Amino acid sequence: MSDRTKTLILHAGLLVLLFVLQFLLPAYHHGNLARIMVLASYAIGFNILFGYTGLLSLGHALFFAAGMYGMGLAIRHLGLSPSAALLCGLAAGVAISTIAGLLALRTVGVGFMIVTLMFAQAGYLTLLYFGEYTRGDEGFVIQQAERILWGLDLSDPTNRYFAAFALFALCLLLTLWLVRAPFGKVLVAIRENEERARMLGYDVFAHKLGAVVLSGTLSAMAGAVYGLLFGYVGASFASVQYSIFPLLWVLLGGAGTVLGPFIGTLFMFYLIDLSSGVTTAYMLIAGVVLVALTLFAPQGLVGEIRKRFWRGLP
Amino acid sequence: MTLLETRGLTKQFAGLHAVENVDFDLPRGQVRALIGPNGAGKTTFVGMLCGRVEPTAGTVRFDDRDISDLPAHKRINLGIAYTFQITSVFANLTIAENVALAARRSLRGADVDVAVADALERVGLHEPPEQNASDLSYGHQRLLEIAMGVVQQPRLLILDEPTQGLADSEIEAFKTLVRDLSATSTILLIEHNMAVVMETADQITVLNFGQVLAEGTPGEIRADRAVQAAYLGTG
Repeated sequence: MSDRTKTLILHAGLLVLLFVLQFLLPAYHHGNLARIMVLASYAIGFNILFGYTGLLSLGHALFFAAGMYGMGLAIRHLGLSPSAALLCGLAAGVAISTIAGLLALRTVGVGFMIVTLMFAQAGYLTLLYFGEYTRGDEGFVIQQAERILWGLDLSDPTNRYFAAFALFALCLLLTLWLVRAPFGKVLVAIRENEERARMLGYDVFAHKLGAVVLSGTLSAMAGAVYGLLFGYVGASFASVQYSIFPLLWVLLGGAGTVLGPFIGTLFMFYLIDLSSGVTTAYMLIAGVVLVALTLFAPQGLVGEIRKRFWRGLP
Repeated sequence: MTLLETRGLTKQFAGLHAVENVDFDLPRGQVRALIGPNGAGKTTFVGMLCGRVEPTAGTVRFDDRDISDLPAHKRINLGIAYTFQITSVFANLTIAENVALAARRSLRGADVDVAVADALERVGLHEPPEQNASDLSYGHQRLLEIAMGVVQQPRLLILDEPTQGLADSEIEAFKTLVRDLSATSTILLIEHNMAVVMETADQITVLNFGQVLAEGTPGEIRADRAVQAAYLGTG
């Protein structure tokens, strides 16, 4: 069986499994998985920039929040329908990631990390400053009546699961396409050896900017959908914590792998969920497991599988 | 017909003249060797041709067009291919993908695979193409580097010390390759191996302390007293 066929079977298999699980899972895990799929979509967005292009952003919460607030403010202040509001969230993601990319990509390495971190902090503080409109830290709720998308009530668990699944499937298939497309291969080339890619005639800046915008837009889409599905928009989603989460998920799952972001998010979510059931010092357990993983599986869970068993895994 | 010309090309590093006021003309279809002692400014000079190094002064014209202000990737897209002196392949990617990245600038789909196989065949790299580039020996990484240049079908191919680390038999094959390529490309060759230079070059330019010391056919250069004194050490 060719690598291509195996890859297709594996990824399609995961999507089928996730689709079927919604009929089998008990309510609690059903709700968790919906949340995990949306967060994993955020991690997939982050992975395009970090895992495939080799650019570490410490400010991705800016994009997640851009989508969330683009959507939420459009509903709250403009009274738009959920579908139009989602488009607003997406547009906010494109605009902010383009501006942030144009500015931040003038730096490299640690400079890029610091600049993205500062942008995200500026975004967070802006949300607090305009608290009159954004409700700041306290945030605001999107009422059930405002969450009916094409006749589907997104506050209903089944619909919510399905919407999360649709978003996740879209992001997963997009990355799968990207890693085969010439554009994605150039991103990997830039990650591996930027100067060589430039001397093969590739416009490195344009490709990096494309990666920032694609990554930022997917993150924004995840933020917008998260707000709509769970009915809450708040400034905490723009905080540093939400910039670090996707980095952690991607590192755990495997940077530069298609399935890594999902596996990492799933693992981290249940690690905290299960350990907090055992003890109140659950962060201790989580910490020890994370240290062990970093020591014994430095490439992340999926990354190790690729290294040991299946070199062709995208 | 001149393909490439420089006028007054100069590069200073903190007061040091790495390249000084070089006027250089390369006619279409020629194999030109660029030789000179270590530190003569050869790599800096070709770096300014392909946009890696920004000149302090002077102009570069390619195909009757001033390219002095073009960034590197745009110069490459005009048909200049550059192979690195210090091997700079994509170590963690496969051999095939290394060459494919070079090929995909102008080709798509199945044409890429054909071009990749052809380029690897031409440079004589017979390792399994799905192998990682980092698994290759140093000499074979040099061949891969050359394949990445060849597959672009450039109008000007700049080879920076291509035979470094090659076995004798591979050097023989390289000479044949250069003669073969010269039918379709103009070649600028920086080379330390004098046998390769004398056998493949139509013309030789000698750089010394950043300046053109001499220019001529291999026979003329061999007989040039200044060159012998500065470079061959037999003056």
